[in-house]
Amino acid sequence: MPLTTTEQELSSSRGTTSGLRLTLICLLSLILMVLDHQNQHLVKIREALSVVVYPVQAVINAPFALGRWADENFSTRSRLIDENHGLHQEVLMQGARLQRMIALEAENVRLRALLDSTAKVADRVLIAEIVSVDMNPFRHTILINKGGRDGVYVGQALIDAAGIVGQITRGQPFAAEAMLVTDADHALPVEIARNQLRTIAMGTGDIDRLALPFLPRNADVQAGDLLVSSGLGRAFPAGYPVGTIVDIRSKTGQPFLEVDAEPSAALNRIREVLLIWRDADVQDALPDGEAATIATEKGQ
Amino acid sequence: MSHKPVVWPVWVVMITAISLEVVPLPGFMQPLRPPWAAIAVIYWTMMWPRRFGLGAAWIVGITLDVLHGTLLGENAIALSIVAYLTLRFHLQIRIFPMWQLTMTVFALLAINAFVQFWIDGVAGVSAAGIGRWTQVMIGAILWPPLMALMDRVRVQIQTRGSAFI
Repeated sequence: MPLTTTEQELSSSRGTTSGLRLTLICLLSLILMVLDHQNQHLVKIREALSVVVYPVQAVINAPFALGRWADENFSTRSRLIDENHGLHQEVLMQGARLQRMIALEAENVRLRALLDSTAKVADRVLIAEIVSVDMNPFRHTILINKGGRDGVYVGQALIDAAGIVGQITRGQPFAAEAMLVTDADHALPVEIARNQLRTIAMGTGDIDRLALPFLPRNADVQAGDLLVSSGLGRAFPAGYPVGTIVDIRSKTGQPFLEVDAEPSAALNRIREVLLIWRDADVQDALPDGEAATIATEKGQ
Repeated sequence: MSHKPVVWPVWVVMITAISLEVVPLPGFMQPLRPPWAAIAVIYWTMMWPRRFGLGAAWIVGITLDVLHGTLLGENAIALSIVAYLTLRFHLQIRIFPMWQLTMTVFALLAINAFVQFWIDGVAGVSAAGIGRWTQVMIGAILWPPLMALMDRVRVQIQTRGSAFI
């Protein structure tokens, strides 16, 4: 099949018009990028576009969803019985722990009343499924199947059964993008459960590693220490597990320790996550002075 | 004999390429994912410069930006620049022998990756790693078979188009 190369084609593709068009397109893209980088300006446009591309994501997710459905529907009787047994035992164990929790929670409320500080309120949660779509390969982002319609908001915390997963970075009507705690741009206020030592856990870009770069050399840390969220940045609720410290390196001449932690949540295996709503009224009603006193109490 | 070939199969190819960009892969395969959309844009701009040009490349880029969650315009500007260069030199590139063509595609894919790398740097997105550059390599290696595949699509469209007249 011969390729047609007409006079017109030559003039349209090699003339000045295409150079002009490239300049215009580059200008438009630059304006878009600047506006998008400053956030909030393009939220509506992005939402509209995300609805347009949602079918692509749904189609890609479909075979994986079908696979899971088939896995659930065609599993053997004995496997189901085994799973059922396991779940029964787990419910029993969790029930036993919960009984103790109820007593502890009541005690906690009483003690907090004595200290005249705000009682921690139970968080509202919603289960969301992860859409089987790869986002930007250089970032740790996921797409979940709950969005603005379900009340999901930007900055909302995500957890799984084992610990904190990440936070919502961009809402769409039917879905939401979330950044994992291991993303290189993510930071999370944490405290060591053993001694309430507060610090910041930074993502590293490695799916199984968090870094704690701000611990002084004389800080009381040990391998195996559990990190829990401190709730100080107000983005994450306090007291959820974040990770376990696995490695502490002290280099001569450096003011800070190099501490690595392993995230508690199974970040590369999760299929379902929990979205947490915090009681916004309580948070907003809390005056700044009081928030500070709670923080210092914790620090002691 | 003049005829107007149908255009929709090109968009089917494009949507397939865009979908392949977000199909889930296990973590270690991530750096081996070829830049499908950029390859498709280069091919169709080179072969059909009158029907597939800058505007189309920009639309493909914006779609990728929305799907990847990158800055709106990042992939769009990179793909537009690649499409412009392809358009500018398509008459030369077309008659290159395969190895030379593959090298050219390698250069174009590298430009695509570099523009994104640069924008990420300016925007303060910390995206380290060698994955970006291995993707360029894989893209160039896969160019000959992918070109053969898309050649078949194009020949199908053109022969069918003439049969309809």
